[in-house]
Amino acid sequence: MTDDAAVWLYAVTRGPEPGGLAALSGVAGAPVRAVAAAGLVAVVSSVSSAEADEQQLRQNLEDLDWLAATARAHDAVVGAVTRSATTVPVRIATIYHDDDRIREMLTEHQAAFSATVDLLTGRTEWGVKAFAASNGSDTSSGEAVSGESAGRAYLLRRRAQLRAREAAEHLAAGHADRVHAELGTLAVAARRHPPQHSRLTGTRASMVLNAAYLVDDTSADDFAATVKELDEQRALLDLHLTGPWPPYSFSRIAEVSA
Amino acid sequence: MTEVASVPDYAPEPRTVALIDLLDRVLAGGVVISGDITLSIEGVDLVHISLRALVTSMLGDPP
Repeated sequence: MTDDAAVWLYAVTRGPEPGGLAALSGVAGAPVRAVAAAGLVAVVSSVSSAEADEQQLRQNLEDLDWLAATARAHDAVVGAVTRSATTVPVRIATIYHDDDRIREMLTEHQAAFSATVDLLTGRTEWGVKAFAASNGSDTSSGEAVSGESAGRAYLLRRRAQLRAREAAEHLAAGHADRVHAELGTLAVAARRHPPQHSRLTGTRASMVLNAAYLVDDTSADDFAATVKELDEQRALLDLHLTGPWPPYSFSRIAEVSA
Repeated sequence: MTEVASVPDYAPEPRTVALIDLLDRVLAGGVVISGDITLSIEGVDLVHISLRALVTSMLGDPP
């Protein structure tokens, strides 16, 4: 096993073949191409045995450099295809032995892919993250105390700070629920991802909402304006809009109807 | 990627944020179909967790 050991699947669209595939390079820089069957088009590239071995793949996924490069390469192809056709993104590291197996897969899941394309047509995924706003309320009394009482005063102050912070976060979480509900009314579908850990986001503020919304393209401006409005109205929250994303968060329905 | 809301002054490097948002999607989103070479769903979750540990270690310990 040396080169072209297997086929990496990026996305599925309905025919005809989306333009511009030849200009794209995919995972590990491989050229991107189309495999068609059952009225569908799979966007794929060949991968070497280094990417196609399950053991190796597992190790690779834990290698941050490999993962970052691969996630970006996967997303670059999915994103490019999304710009020219309604696209069903496929989860990273979905690998087949050869093009024949891709064609079998397309034929087998034809109905589910078709239904998913229908759902996604004319719609775009947007992300909204909400952080509990740091209000900077430091309850320091400013009074100089000395000795034993200073230690006690510090502990009391510290406890009060923690309690205030907990209460603020609880309140922010409630606001986040309401923001999510309101944004949900502007979307065709909504999904909450687990909040990202503050050590990953690099902020001290805790994330209270990490959600994705599938929005009609005709409502995209309204949606963005509403996010901005809610951000201004809700002092307890900092809202961040991300996107447009390929509809990664709304392509799971296929497995249900498959 | 559009950042519509005002960027707070403690915002980390945008590429890092974008990568984490992207990993949320490419690892936990997208159609799940069993390829010929697959990791079990359980395995993917484990990978996901170990990944986060990795990213954390990359960003360094908090003060």
